[in-house]
Amino acid sequence: MDWQALTLTLRLASITTAVLLLIAVPLGALLVLGRSRWLALLQSLTALPLVLPPTVLGFFLLVLLGPRTAVGRGITALLGHPLAFSFSGLVVGSVLYSLPFAVQPIAAGFAAIDPPLLDAARLLGAGPGRLTVTLLMPLARRSIVAAAVLSFLHTVGEFGVVLMLGGDIPGATRTLSILLYNQVEIFDYSAASRTAGLLLGLSLAALAVIYAAGQARDPGQVLRARGGRRA
Amino acid sequence: MLEFALDARRGTFHLRIETHFASDWTVIFGPSGSGKSTLLRLLAGLDREAASPPGKGRVVFKGQALTDTAEGRWLRPGHRDTALVTQQPSLFPHLTVAENVAYGLSQLERSRRGSRVDEMLELLDARDLVRRHPRGLSGGEAQRVALARALAPGPRLLLLDEPLSALDGATSDALLDRLLKWVRAQGVHTVLATHDAADAFATGAEVALLSEGRLVALGPVDEVLSQERSRLMKRLAE
Repeated sequence: MDWQALTLTLRLASITTAVLLLIAVPLGALLVLGRSRWLALLQSLTALPLVLPPTVLGFFLLVLLGPRTAVGRGITALLGHPLAFSFSGLVVGSVLYSLPFAVQPIAAGFAAIDPPLLDAARLLGAGPGRLTVTLLMPLARRSIVAAAVLSFLHTVGEFGVVLMLGGDIPGATRTLSILLYNQVEIFDYSAASRTAGLLLGLSLAALAVIYAAGQARDPGQVLRARGGRRA
Repeated sequence: MLEFALDARRGTFHLRIETHFASDWTVIFGPSGSGKSTLLRLLAGLDREAASPPGKGRVVFKGQALTDTAEGRWLRPGHRDTALVTQQPSLFPHLTVAENVAYGLSQLERSRRGSRVDEMLELLDARDLVRRHPRGLSGGEAQRVALARALAPGPRLLLLDEPLSALDGATSDALLDRLLKWVRAQGVHTVLATHDAADAFATGAEVALLSEGRLVALGPVDEVLSQERSRLMKRLAE
């Protein structure tokens, strides 16, 4: 067992999930509470990774974060190293790639809250920030948990973006899915079976923990929560 | 005084009213669909788009413009010193009764919030509900808590959209009587929307008669609802 790849994958998934929740909760609130006509564009951009092939996203990020663009040069100057082919670069790629898996369940959960409750809170002086913290988050906590699970698992199983943006550097960018690819490539099916089994076990365990904790008693909830904003 | 000029559309419904309520207690009377709820929501600032151009909207309360689309002015609902209580209590399900009532008291010093919550629950005869959660409350109890929550921040303008219509007659009458005494003592300008003429007669208020989004009449209850009075007397005699 390659423990290095396992811990790297878990670290990547945990950090990505935490960053995604910090982004997705305010973004979901903005999509639900906002009135701007630009929100449709924002929603489309958020959902784009759902339809974009991961390798395409990885390629764009590789170019954007590389030394040929001002963004890439700026980040390199700021961090002292380029983001491409580094763990930090993988986090950026994973966050963008898994963004819809975090935003959509959360926005759907927020949108399902009874509008008169929000009206009552607005009349009592709550602005968007307080509405989000005191009403949207507690009332849509199951959707937030579902978003966290989906983001975590999606990152654990991610391959295309990781390969394009991070390559295969042991201890820095070699995740379990890259390791599995390497093992298959050299026909080491015995090791590949163990790695694939581990990925399967991780996915099952994460879902089982959530359901067992009673956070999502209805097995269809996670899938339904991905259904997007209520009409 | 509450004066307003509103021109708003919602689908095929068109509300167009320009008037002022001089009395501190006004009853808006009209059948379902006459525009009572739409009017109250616009006064509360909840439907901003409905009061925006190409419609027009101006709401002035005691000299302060709450909405003025010509000037691009629209005060947020929470900045209007206005409370709106509807037929649906809409209590926050994850908070206790005390936390619900305290929700609008964030401007008040923390040490004074508890006593204000107690005071409001006492007024609405709901003191014993303080630790309960909304899901365990009856309809009448939930509505009393909703009223306590709306009154707690001390609104200057109270908008009531048939808040007692789901309660039985005796409970509703007692609550209305208690509410009436309190808002009069506090000098809270109150607008009550109802389709029950008995509410209008019980309070002896100024009545605005609405029909299909238009103001049909405004004046003392006996004048505006004279036909309703005879209908009501007939119903009582039967």
